[in-house]
Amino acid sequence: MNRLHVVRASGLYLVLCLVSALMLLPFAWVVFGAFKTQGEFTANPGGWLPESFANLQNFVVLFTEEGFGGILVNSIIVSAVTVLANVLFCSMAGYALAKLPFRGRSLLMGCVLVAMTVPYVALFVPQFLIIVQLGLVNTLAGIIAPMLVMPLGVFIMRQFALSIPDELLEAARIDGAGEFGIFFRIFLPLLGPAIATVSIFTFLASWNFFLWPLVVAQTEDVFTLPVALAIASQQANTTVYGLLLAGAIVVLLPVLILFLFLQRYFIQGIATAGLK
Amino acid sequence: MAIETTSAGVAALSRPLRWGVLRRLSPGPTGVAWLFVTPFLVIFAVFTAVPAVMAVTLTMTDIGVADLRDPLGVNFVFLDNFQTVLTAPAFLRSALNTVIYVGIGVPVTMAIGFLLALALDSGIRRARPVFRAVIYLPVIANIVAAAIVWQYAFTLNGPINSFLADLGIAGPNWLGTPTTAMFVVLLLTIWRTTGTCMVLFLAGLQAVPEEVHEAASLDGAGYWRRVFQMTLPLLRPTTLLVTVLMSVMFLNIFDEPFLLTEGGPLGSTKSVAQWVYEQFGFGNISNAMTGSIVLLLGVLIVCVVQLRVLRPKQ
Repeated sequence: MNRLHVVRASGLYLVLCLVSALMLLPFAWVVFGAFKTQGEFTANPGGWLPESFANLQNFVVLFTEEGFGGILVNSIIVSAVTVLANVLFCSMAGYALAKLPFRGRSLLMGCVLVAMTVPYVALFVPQFLIIVQLGLVNTLAGIIAPMLVMPLGVFIMRQFALSIPDELLEAARIDGAGEFGIFFRIFLPLLGPAIATVSIFTFLASWNFFLWPLVVAQTEDVFTLPVALAIASQQANTTVYGLLLAGAIVVLLPVLILFLFLQRYFIQGIATAGLK
Repeated sequence: MAIETTSAGVAALSRPLRWGVLRRLSPGPTGVAWLFVTPFLVIFAVFTAVPAVMAVTLTMTDIGVADLRDPLGVNFVFLDNFQTVLTAPAFLRSALNTVIYVGIGVPVTMAIGFLLALALDSGIRRARPVFRAVIYLPVIANIVAAAIVWQYAFTLNGPINSFLADLGIAGPNWLGTPTTAMFVVLLLTIWRTTGTCMVLFLAGLQAVPEEVHEAASLDGAGYWRRVFQMTLPLLRPTTLLVTVLMSVMFLNIFDEPFLLTEGGPLGSTKSVAQWVYEQFGFGNISNAMTGSIVLLLGVLIVCVVQLRVLRPKQ
C-alpha cells in the first residue's frame, strides 16, 4: 500500500515536471535568443545556448537605434494611468453598487455584467469611429480612454464591498461621518486585497493589450511595446530574431517579476472573475 | 455664559475635527451613489452602449472609410451586407477555421486543464503552488512576445526542426504548410489557455468535500471510477463555466493566428476576428461590422446551447 503510494506520487511528480518544462521552454528560448548575435543565428539557426550571456548588443541596439526607450515610456504611461484610474473609479462604483441605496442600482449592475461579456471583436470598429469623432486617434489618451473603468474591476470591487459588514459603516454614520468620510476613511483602508487584485488585473490588461493600441496608434511616438514589437516582427525581411527576442524580454520581464511576488493575487483575480 | 459658549463650540467642533472637510462636502447617500458610478457610467455609455447600438445600425448601411468625414453619404441597405458577407468565400473559410479552433482547442485545453487540476489536487500539497504558478505563467505572458518565440522555434531551421533532425526526422515547414500551421497556432493557443482551465478546475475541486471521496473509496470505487462518477458530476457548474469561457475565447481568437502566421498560408489559419480586422483595414467598415455581428450571433448561439445542455439538473 505504502510503496504503491510512493510509486504513484513519483509518477505524478514526473508528469508535472514534464508539463512544467514544456510550459517554460518558450521562456527559455527568449532568454537564450536575446543574447545571440545575428551571426550566431545565421551560422547555427537551430542552436540553443548563446555563446555568451554577457552579450548585451541586442538590448543596446533596441534602445539606441530602434527607439524602444520612448515606446517603453508610452507603455508605462498607459499602464500607470489605467491602474490608477481603475483603482479609484472601480472602488467608487463597486462601493456604490454594494453599499449605497439608489434607484437603478440593479440596472447598473446589469450594465456591468453586459460590459463584461460583450465580445471585444463586435465593439472595436464602432469604438474606433467614436475615437475619431472625439479627435483622439493616434494619441495615448485614445488608447487609455476605453480602459479607464473596466467592468471586471467594478465587479471585483463590488464583490469585496459586499463582504464588508454594514454595521461598520452604520457605526461611522452614527458617529457623524458623511458619505465621503465613510468611503475614504473606513472603506478604502479596508480595501487592500481588492486593490491589489484590481491593480494587477488592470496592469496585465493594459500592458498586454494588443488589438486596440494597434488600431489607435499610427505613428511610432504613440506605439506601445506590443504594437512596436508586432510591427517590427512583421516588417523585418531577414528576421532579426536576436533583436525581437530582446524586445520580448523587455515586454515580458515586468509581468514576470510582478507575478513572482504577487502570485496569490493573480490567481485570486481569476478565481473571482473566471476570466483571463 | 462663557462656559456654555465654549462647550457648545466644542460640541460643534468635535465632529468636524474627527471627520474634517469630508463631512461638510458630502451630499446624501443617493447623491454620492450617483457621483460614484458616474465614471463607470460615462465610459460604459461611450465605449460599450453607443458602440453596440452603432454596430447594429451601421451593419445595415454601406458605410465605408470615406463616410467618416461625410456621414451623410451613408445609405441604408438593410440586410444586403449579410448576403455579401455570408457568401464571401474568404469569410466562409475564416468561419470554418474558427470552427476548427473551437472544435479542437476547447476540448483539448479543457481535458489537459482538468487532468492537471486533478494531479495538483491529489496529494502533492507542498509543491502545488510552484506547479500551479509555472503552468499559469503562459496565461499572463504577452502574446506578441510569445508569438515571436514560437515563430522562431518553428522556423525551417529552427530549434524544433534541428531537434527533430537529431532524432533522424525531417521536420516540415511548420508555418508554411496549411495543416501544420493550423497545428502550431492551436498548440500556441492551448499553451496559453491551459493555465486558466487548470486554475478554475482546481478551485472547483477544492470545494468538493473530502468525505465524498472517502465514502466512495470505502465503497470500493477505484480512482478513475470516482473521477467519472463522483467528481465530474459534482463539478458540473465549474465545467459549464469553463466550457462557456473557453468557447467564447476560441470563437474570438485573433492574436495567435494573426501574429504567428498572419492568417496564412493561403488564409488557412485566418479567424473570423482577423477577417473583420482586415475588412476594417481595407476601409470596408460595413463588411467589418457585419462580420463582427455574425460572430457575435455565433457566440450567443453557442453560449445558449451550452447553458441549455450542460446546466446542472435540479
